[in-house]
Amino acid sequence: MMSGMWKTGALFLALVLWSAPALMPEGTGSGAAYAAVDTFEFETDEQQRRFRRMSDEFRCPMCQNTSLTGSNGGVAEDLRREIYLMIMDGKTDEEIEQFMFERYGDFVFYRPRLMWQTLLLWFGPLLFLLLGGWIIVGIVRRAQQNKVQEQVVLNEEEQARLRKLLDTVKDSD
Amino acid sequence: MSRLKLFIPVFVFLAMAVMLWRGLYLDPRTLPSVLIDKPLPEFALPTVELGDRVMGKADLPDEPFLLNVWGSYCLPCLQENPILMAAAEKNVVPIVGVNYKDKLNLAQAWLDDNGSPFEFSILDENGRLGIDLGVYGAPETFVVDGQGVIRYKHIGVIDYKAWDEEIMPAVEQVRAEAGQ
Repeated sequence: MMSGMWKTGALFLALVLWSAPALMPEGTGSGAAYAAVDTFEFETDEQQRRFRRMSDEFRCPMCQNTSLTGSNGGVAEDLRREIYLMIMDGKTDEEIEQFMFERYGDFVFYRPRLMWQTLLLWFGPLLFLLLGGWIIVGIVRRAQQNKVQEQVVLNEEEQARLRKLLDTVKDSD
Repeated sequence: MSRLKLFIPVFVFLAMAVMLWRGLYLDPRTLPSVLIDKPLPEFALPTVELGDRVMGKADLPDEPFLLNVWGSYCLPCLQENPILMAAAEKNVVPIVGVNYKDKLNLAQAWLDDNGSPFEFSILDENGRLGIDLGVYGAPETFVVDGQGVIRYKHIGVIDYKAWDEEIMPAVEQVRAEAGQ
């Protein structure tokens, strides 16, 4: 009984750890090769970091499966330039995201914005985790119930019946 | 109840199959434009045809017109040119060009070679107007109403089917709404 509970717990924990990256999307993980060499000069490291991060998180509208960083497409080049200019102009990340959204819509975000349409996208993994946990708990509970039933001790009346049945089998031999 | 439970995998499979089947026929290149029903962006740019004269939003037609994004490097633009030419010759609808990320001399040579369906072509050499229009590659065609509001966007080449079934119905609808 105890070991069953432990196993369930361990399994559940393993599932949680395994799916954790899906619950906390960090960057795009695209590891995009730096296809294009831009010669942008930044005043601070912070500006450069923001530029890198945003070029990684915006999707190239033309090539579709790469970020702005990884794309040599004409429009990607232009958009990198616009992002650079906006950063140097002192625009905030939110303002730059809004700029991109107004022109290219939700499509450009590799990290989807949290809206009711994207709720399933954001919390779907959590939903499946809970569903999986619920199913596992159900299976383990049922297995334990079966085990308990196996150990049922027969009362005297049932013992007598069992003996009688066994005897009939012997007789027929 | 437990009988029904046995069929859950089948239902899941069917649901997934239907979605994936549909996915086969979706065109991933058609992005919904967020600019539909938004006014055209402001601009101040020269044109391919008119020398140094700078054009702005006020110089655009004040009746429904097409805004066609093109470039001399763009093969599909060559493909749709006869359709636009025929429409321009018959004065079906005014067409304004946006010469997107091109070189002036190449654009002029292209128009000389193939004919120009455009009232004029706005020269967007660095693609800045293109960004404001949410353009990601020529050809793209906008149906704009007399107030300068974008009403429809067609991405990719205009063939006869697209012209008859998408572009012209959109123009007619905008005209009908303006007539009311």
